[in-house]
Amino acid sequence: MSRSPQLSEPSPNTPAPAEDAESEPRPGRVRKPIGWSTIIIAALVAVSAALVWRRDGTDGVLDILTHDLSLFSGILPRVLAGCLLGAFISEILPHEKVSRSLGPKSGLMGLLIGTAFGAILPGGPFTAYPVASALLAVGADFGATIAMVVSWTLIGYGRAVAWEIPIMGTDFTLWRILISLPLPVLAGALGRFVYVRLYPKRASDEDAA
Amino acid sequence: MSAALLIDILLWGSVFGVGLIAFRRGPPVFKAPLREGSMDFINIVPRIALGVIGSGYIAAIIPQQVITGWLGPDSGWLGVATAVVAGAATPGGPVIGFSIGTVALKSGGGVPQVVAYVVAWALFAFQRVILWEIPFMPARFVWFRCAVSVPFPFVAAAIAMVIGKP
Repeated sequence: MSRSPQLSEPSPNTPAPAEDAESEPRPGRVRKPIGWSTIIIAALVAVSAALVWRRDGTDGVLDILTHDLSLFSGILPRVLAGCLLGAFISEILPHEKVSRSLGPKSGLMGLLIGTAFGAILPGGPFTAYPVASALLAVGADFGATIAMVVSWTLIGYGRAVAWEIPIMGTDFTLWRILISLPLPVLAGALGRFVYVRLYPKRASDEDAA
Repeated sequence: MSAALLIDILLWGSVFGVGLIAFRRGPPVFKAPLREGSMDFINIVPRIALGVIGSGYIAAIIPQQVITGWLGPDSGWLGVATAVVAGAATPGGPVIGFSIGTVALKSGGGVPQVVAYVVAWALFAFQRVILWEIPFMPARFVWFRCAVSVPFPFVAAAIAMVIGKP
């Protein structure tokens, strides 16, 4: 579903308005609000809520509901910020520059840039995935995008500061991040290594682009 | 609370930063992503509502001691492998994941196993993948990303075994 870099118009600097007319939806757009994954989660939630009700009664169900509703209202503005961040980034990043510095030919430097980007990106999953999707759309390859996503989840400071340090302690967290430092680049490199063997045609197209 | 505030400031600061860049390039460059981002938001809200409001129930019925029991210090590589599966299977948000990790450490879990658990949770927690990653990213990318990430909790455990405790 990703907008492969080689599909971009000969003048990749100007985001082609024709993109919207194509059958493929613009990346970064949430395509289907209700899908199979939503149904799985809904079923899990329904079963769990029923079990909680049987164990703790209506009060138990309401306690969790109140707590999670306040959590939800706190997260909501951040989700909006993440969606806007992803949309703006995919609009303003110069495609040509992105595919040069994060594309399939970007080498170790591209993986390091992806890692650094994931590490400094503010916010949670509501930022990381829209932005990663935007990068894919404007010419980053799977390898660099994997480095970014893995870096955000393993060495990004957002979750570490907000959750891991308070719960697991500073020592463990810093030590765990230290261990994780090489992993985003390794994951990105493995991703590239597998990608060119799994999709040789697509990869050589990207080389030609 | 101050950490969360700082993150919010950074987040909205980044949004205003990129928004300003777009604004200076002209109204269409500014308006199109504004509209698209807002539509993304409206479309994603039902999923987020379900996931966030529902995750408390899923977490409430998970017997934490079952998960922590798998992570003993003598469990070796089998324990690491179990930790990886447990990390991927842990429902709920970061509070659940890290609390289970803490309980495992305090109740005598092995450090490499707990590291493998936390790293696997960060990489694969199914609820995050289903709720956040798949809606926002191309599905083909998500599966590919998960598949190539499989070795890395093991790598982290190996590094933890070599360099020792925190």
